[in-house]
Amino acid sequence: MNYIEHVGKYFLMLKQVFKKPQKWSVFKEMFFREIEDLGLKSLGIIVFISFFVGAVIAIQMALNVDNPFIPKFIIGFATRRSVILEFAPTFMSVILAGKVGSYIASSIGTMRVTEQIDALEVMGINSLNYLVLPKIISTLLFYPLLILLAMFLGILGGYCAGLLTDLFYSEDFLYGIQFEFNPYYVKYAIIKTLVFAFVIVTIPAYHGYYVKGGSLEVGRASTQAVVWTSVVIILLNYFLTQMLLG
Amino acid sequence: MIEVKNLYKEFKEVPVLKGISTTFEKGKTSMIIGQSGSGKTVFLKCLLGLHIPEKGIISFDGRKHTELDIKQQRQLRQEIGMVFQGGALYDSLTVEENVMFPLKMFTKKTYSEMLERVNFVLNRVHLDNSNKKFPAELSGGMQKRVAIARAIVMNPKYLFCDEPNSGLDPNTAIVIDNLIQEITKEYEMITVINSHDMNSVMEIGEKIIFLKDGVKAWEGTNKEIFKTENEAIVNFVYSSNLFMKVREAYLNETK
Repeated sequence: MNYIEHVGKYFLMLKQVFKKPQKWSVFKEMFFREIEDLGLKSLGIIVFISFFVGAVIAIQMALNVDNPFIPKFIIGFATRRSVILEFAPTFMSVILAGKVGSYIASSIGTMRVTEQIDALEVMGINSLNYLVLPKIISTLLFYPLLILLAMFLGILGGYCAGLLTDLFYSEDFLYGIQFEFNPYYVKYAIIKTLVFAFVIVTIPAYHGYYVKGGSLEVGRASTQAVVWTSVVIILLNYFLTQMLLG
Repeated sequence: MIEVKNLYKEFKEVPVLKGISTTFEKGKTSMIIGQSGSGKTVFLKCLLGLHIPEKGIISFDGRKHTELDIKQQRQLRQEIGMVFQGGALYDSLTVEENVMFPLKMFTKKTYSEMLERVNFVLNRVHLDNSNKKFPAELSGGMQKRVAIARAIVMNPKYLFCDEPNSGLDPNTAIVIDNLIQEITKEYEMITVINSHDMNSVMEIGEKIIFLKDGVKAWEGTNKEIFKTENEAIVNFVYSSNLFMKVREAYLNETK
């Protein structure tokens, strides 16, 4: 099947996904389950990576800004900008594409090969709407919160690195993170996150839903899902940056 | 009654079903048999509406499947119970939640009413005290019984089973066969079973449809199958010496 066919099939899938849920009480139950599976269970990795990557950004900055004419608050300023503009929304989304994307593709793929999706269809349930819509809504609501947390922890990591290494003064760092702060950058990061959250759910769901074969194919679909989700995130990041900041 | 007329189905221009016509009656256990690749599963999936046939009519008590709109199709599907080959139980749900699932989706019953119905059907399939177990904690036979319980929880008019005995030991297979037959009589359902298990066919096959290369090669009852001279079915059913001897014994007895 060529790429255009895949794109067409993907949009036809979305048409089925965005239908009114057959029963709101069941949808609500699924929504909270997905908040836990896709959101809360990703909290640990987000906290860990954000904090340490923020620390590394600050240390790298401090080690490279050794010109006495460049003020030291630039370390805080640059750390804040890197974290808010790129690290938190894009880098974290690529990590979530790996963690959550593979989970979605393999869980839906396993349901397909073990006939659980057929069982839903036979009962008269719109399986795409039942399985995918709660995932989309829960990630659209929860991922911006995760990314805001990643921003905070990244900057906190940078601050702690300064305290522990004495490479820069914490006063300089605190001044730097407040210097010329533009709230639009946070809005820009949230817009990107919403788009990426949609991609992180729908591309793996597509790969999982249309898998054919057995466990080997589910594994392949899961890998493909992660690769394609990451590629699409990186491409969309380029276009969104151009559109929103260019 | 389910009526099938001149059913054609092909995949990528390769015909799989070539004009099958038959009927399935109320309160009877009908079985579809045939070699692997003969089109049994495709036929069953066409009946279920999972495959759309290229030609032909499938009518459920006068309602033609192909002429129903999406809402009517969903309504019809709520009258269908299906037991899949591997059970197709939802891994993340307990036995109770699996069986309760159709009730939650399609009825306005309270939790206690649903639980009462779930316990009733679980008791009917002899699976008490397993409510809180997950499918992975159950044996193959127990999983099949949960699948049967889920299939009948909505009181379906039509029950379809895809190889309900596959992977089961002979004793458990007999239990499952008897259970399906009892339920069929009890609830006056139309039951269609896709099977490879000749033991089941002989035991509960009140109507047998033999498919060969996508064509209905023979149709009859489990009594008639002993007497038939149809070469295709004789070659298929009596390929084992044991069944050949059973046939000879039956024919000698009825002479």
